[in-house]
Amino acid sequence: MNKNHRVPSNRSLSAVEVKSKFGAEFRRFSLDRSKPGRFDEFYGLLQHVHRIPNVDLLVGYADIHGDLLPINNDDNYHKAISTASPLLRLFLQRKEEADYTTFGTDTLTRKKNTVLSAVLLRPDANRKKPPVIISLPRDFRPVSSIIDVDILPETHRRVRLYKHGQEKPLGFYIRDGSSVRVTPQGLEKVPAIFISRMVPGGLAESTGLLAVNDEVLEVNGIEVAGKSLDQVTDMMIANSHNLIITVKPANQRNNVVRGGGTASGSSGRSSDNDEDLVIEAGGDADPISRTPSNYSMPPLPRYEPHLNLRASASPPPLAINGAVLARGSSGSLSKAGYSTPSPDRATRRRSLEEDGTVITL
Amino acid sequence: MKRFRRHGQESQRDRLKQELFQFNKTVEHGFPHQPSALGYSPSLQLLAIGTRSGAIKLYGAPGVEFMGLHDENAAVTQVHFLPHQVELVTLLDDNSLHMWTLRAHTGLSELLEIGRFTLTGPPGAPPSVTRVTAVLAHSSGELLLLGTEGGHVFIVQVPGFRELEERNISLHFPATQQLESLCWTEDRGYILSSHSDGSYCRWLFGEEDGNEVEKSDIPYGHFPCKAISKIIQLPTKTGAPFLFFSGGMPRASFGDRHCITVIHNKTHVALDFTSRIIDFFIIKDGQLRTGDPSALVVLVEEELGVIDLKSEGWPVIQTPYLVPLHSSAITCSHHVSAIPLKLWERVLAAGELQKTNYSKKPWPITGGKNLAPDPPQRDLLLTGHEDGTVRLWNASGVCLYPMYKLSTAGVFHTDTDPNDNLHQGAEGDWPPFRKVGCFDPYSDDPRLGIQKIHLCKYSGCLAVAGTAGQILVLELNDEAAEHPVEAKVVDLLQGQEGFRWKGHTRLDVRDEPVRFEAGFQPFTVVQCQPPAVVTALCLHSEWKLVAYGTSHGFGLFDYQQKINVFIKCTLNPSDQLAMEGPLSRVKSIKKSLRQSFRRIRHSRVSLRKHQVNNAAKLQEANARLEAELAEMELAPVQRKIEARSSDDSFTGLVRILYFADTFLSDSSHNTPSLWAGTNGGCVYVFILRLPSVEHRTDEPITAHPAKEIQLMHRAPIVGLVVLDGHGTPLPEPLEVAHDLARSPDMQGSHHLVVTSEEQFKVFTLPKVSAKMKLKLTAMDGSRVRRVAVAWFGSSQSEDYCESALVVLTNQGDLHVISLPGVKLQVRFPCIRKEDVSGIASCVFTRHGQGFYLISPSEFERFSLSSRFLVEPCCLVEVPLSSHASIQSRPKPDGILSAYRRVMEHCVCVCVCVCVCVCVRVRVRVCVCVSVPYSCRRKMFVNHLRVAFF
Repeated sequence: MNKNHRVPSNRSLSAVEVKSKFGAEFRRFSLDRSKPGRFDEFYGLLQHVHRIPNVDLLVGYADIHGDLLPINNDDNYHKAISTASPLLRLFLQRKEEADYTTFGTDTLTRKKNTVLSAVLLRPDANRKKPPVIISLPRDFRPVSSIIDVDILPETHRRVRLYKHGQEKPLGFYIRDGSSVRVTPQGLEKVPAIFISRMVPGGLAESTGLLAVNDEVLEVNGIEVAGKSLDQVTDMMIANSHNLIITVKPANQRNNVVRGGGTASGSSGRSSDNDEDLVIEAGGDADPISRTPSNYSMPPLPRYEPHLNLRASASPPPLAINGAVLARGSSGSLSKAGYSTPSPDRATRRRSLEEDGTVITL
Repeated sequence: MKRFRRHGQESQRDRLKQELFQFNKTVEHGFPHQPSALGYSPSLQLLAIGTRSGAIKLYGAPGVEFMGLHDENAAVTQVHFLPHQVELVTLLDDNSLHMWTLRAHTGLSELLEIGRFTLTGPPGAPPSVTRVTAVLAHSSGELLLLGTEGGHVFIVQVPGFRELEERNISLHFPATQQLESLCWTEDRGYILSSHSDGSYCRWLFGEEDGNEVEKSDIPYGHFPCKAISKIIQLPTKTGAPFLFFSGGMPRASFGDRHCITVIHNKTHVALDFTSRIIDFFIIKDGQLRTGDPSALVVLVEEELGVIDLKSEGWPVIQTPYLVPLHSSAITCSHHVSAIPLKLWERVLAAGELQKTNYSKKPWPITGGKNLAPDPPQRDLLLTGHEDGTVRLWNASGVCLYPMYKLSTAGVFHTDTDPNDNLHQGAEGDWPPFRKVGCFDPYSDDPRLGIQKIHLCKYSGCLAVAGTAGQILVLELNDEAAEHPVEAKVVDLLQGQEGFRWKGHTRLDVRDEPVRFEAGFQPFTVVQCQPPAVVTALCLHSEWKLVAYGTSHGFGLFDYQQKINVFIKCTLNPSDQLAMEGPLSRVKSIKKSLRQSFRRIRHSRVSLRKHQVNNAAKLQEANARLEAELAEMELAPVQRKIEARSSDDSFTGLVRILYFADTFLSDSSHNTPSLWAGTNGGCVYVFILRLPSVEHRTDEPITAHPAKEIQLMHRAPIVGLVVLDGHGTPLPEPLEVAHDLARSPDMQGSHHLVVTSEEQFKVFTLPKVSAKMKLKLTAMDGSRVRRVAVAWFGSSQSEDYCESALVVLTNQGDLHVISLPGVKLQVRFPCIRKEDVSGIASCVFTRHGQGFYLISPSEFERFSLSSRFLVEPCCLVEVPLSSHASIQSRPKPDGILSAYRRVMEHCVCVCVCVCVCVCVRVRVRVCVCVSVPYSCRRKMFVNHLRVAFF
């Protein structure tokens, strides 16, 4: 999976350009990155620039991964300002019209092709019934999940790690070992693969779902029995962007007790979702679509560098539609969608951020 | 209904798969690794070699080859053919005896093990009693005499190894030196004995006791000499006998030489071999192989030498098999199928000119009949070597025969003076040395090593790339010529900053004209800067372009105009390893080693400080060290699971370069293009603008970037191929022009097949969109190591042929992947996955065969195709003449001949026992006379035994 290891060139700048959108209207302004102020000041500013002083707003922004995340307190406001690169894109909704389900991972990349057609702006008429809102999403995105609880034995656990675009390493090691299996001939000692070490601060450790000495049974739906340590290593790395590991936890006391049996429907098999990127000679970057593209890119106003910023360091001139993607300059990476449990493969997820030049998907 | 039909199609496909694919390991080319025993059957005219790994290989006429492997993983110490039969007996290191036979089956012989036997001594006897040191097949072919370390001789019956009896002693020859070997002179009753002080003695063999030394000599005497390990004297019709012995060199001056001395009349030559002498034998003239010595066959550790004793000057006979592939270590190989006859003849002619000083005599080992059909086509295997040579081998048939050798060293100034070799002869006249053999593993300059080879079989144009970033373009010239070689230095970094190359410097190209013999002659050298190993090379002879790549980038060279067209730097700025060159890596290993040594030393020093004499403390420290060591050993092997990131090392390393004439900008105009795949999973595509043919020499070629494809999974790209409208791989350059391939379909849409180490992906062209893929690593954890396009013909119908990808994985498995559907067709385990060098050395042919190194000196040939198969088919029959000779054996009046035969046995027994047990200075050879009950005919002496007191 791609790693956004490149530091945007204008990250060091003191000014953050902001493009705020409410309904069909844009507003552009800039903020001082070093002194962003408080959230309520910022909220007032938004109401001011959009000239909607008495409208209750739900403020969201597109983070570097293309996810729509809310801004509703000082902390996530500061995070939004500090991670904006180079542009902070805001999406304002009336609170009474708000659709909370739009927040979270893959929200901007799922189903729709671009940020601009995000569901916020056009509450989806096709949606048959809005899903139940369980709670207000915060500044979270899933990093892991336990899946297939209904179909697995209770002694096993199938863990999915969402590596996508994070700086955090997957962060674990595996080793050879031996395990005992029950066979018709009785107990039999067989070679097996175990988790040998967790990297402190790594994704695997942070989930709490994997632990040292857990026996690895499957990787993305494929049994590891009979495979060498190196083979299993290569399998895991090849699936690292969407790694699903079935383990037999060493500690069997925290097993999920099966309840009502709501089928999750997802299986251990990874969905095919890696999309390669082609950069044409003209400089257009275009993710390779699996299926012929039958979507239409909504018209996008051409981006003009903000006047306040121009003097200091203008970001490379780039835009989505037919505009030049200057190569070689640094920028954050855009990314394609990640697999979701959604079985609907036809709706390929893709996104293209306008603030990236060296684009990897 | 639909389901039913599909089922029908699948079974049809399965049947087709069986007709197309079949896996066989067919033949081993080259020289057996670590030979340990040599045997020869004069009646069958077969040569047998046993190896330390327990293999037994038989060779006769070119193409007649058999191979067997002992189940025990023990070295073969002796090989003996049973006289006048197709059986042979091998003795292994573990004291077991094995009987092999060549059994004819459906008109072809195969080598089979038919029995095994281990001597068992009386209870309580030391193992030395039954430790077999000498094996002798009785000339009746029914008995086997086994001499043991304990000084006994056992007689066993073959086949079946029925133990008959044990014999003892009679005659004594007192010698003053430790005995090494013995032989009978055939003309009279003499025994020759060789000794550890480099002397040999001739003993008169009489009826009664009291034998005495008739003659004693130290051939390289005065100063102390090494032992003569084997001695043979053979008579000639003209009178003067041939004397052969190995060793006996003056210890101080030439103790390290591996020599066999041949003395005949006034001629005395010390044949100086390249490695340790294992054994030798002499082939005699005549129908029954009883005439004058005609050839000396010497097995040394790394090659087989055959000396023609009938021609003036005793020249070497070129061996048609068992050629040492590793005379300098193999660094890369390249296979070209179906060579046009014209190029073949030109290469052969150039090779013939190199084969001076070889004997004109035919190959003297002619046993068996080669029944294999003539190879369907002419195939060439090119091996690149560490010393900068490229060898071209005839790989069409069972014998891998050297055709031509190309050396690139002459183009460069190297550290060694080429005249050095000339001065070697001036080391004095005595002993009269003569170098024999070509094994020479010492490379003058590691930078000369060949890394990539590309030959165009139509134009005879060859591109060769080496370790120090040198790319040579050569053309086949039938005349010798002298011309300067043009050098072009290209900077692959293009001003990239922060670069430090810590590796080797580039080679110095000679400015003055260089003389080249007829054959491949270099005319241009491109030198990459920094001079890193060339990792990819591609030649397009129709466009006259060479593309080359290193870990820093790639470039395109126009060898017609001799200018570089463009350079693309692929270096990732964060790629420190590639930036600093190979030495930094070595250094880090060195550093870590140094650190660990320091740690050890530190612990020792600190020990010394605190009173070394304190035994308890020392012990404690030792125990601690041991515990640490044990812990280190017990620490499990771990593997880190981490997503591949773009800043991994060597992402810019160019793995594959490919030329294609295809659709890049739109689907109506095809253009020439260059494709490059990197270690970081990136494909660069450049459109090439070639001037028209009439302006090819004066108008420049231009290239401009067309596309970049970054594979999401970032695995190294190992293969690129473009399929035409019919889904067929684009033909090779000039293939269509020579009417040997259908011109590619330009109507339908083209497809690009990208093979990374982890996946096979098909993209449409010109708009590069993914069409289908096959994930390999994500599904079974193996990675692609080698990939090539191959054509598979059906064994059932002549005209059915399909193309596919053949793949070798890091698990040593071979896969066939269909094109353009990228579906796995078949899968066969081929190489042990631990055999990393074997996997790395694999090279595929265009018709589904392949080669890989099973040892530094041997290629295993395998075939995935059921139609194209090269394997030995040969027949060895029991010689008819030998039956006659058995019938005419000891008549009452044939006392003398029977006597001689017996004596021959005696000597054989002696030799081996002596070699093993010689300890005492005083040696007495004892001969015992007996008549075994199994022998119906009256014979004077039947077996003999040697003992030492």
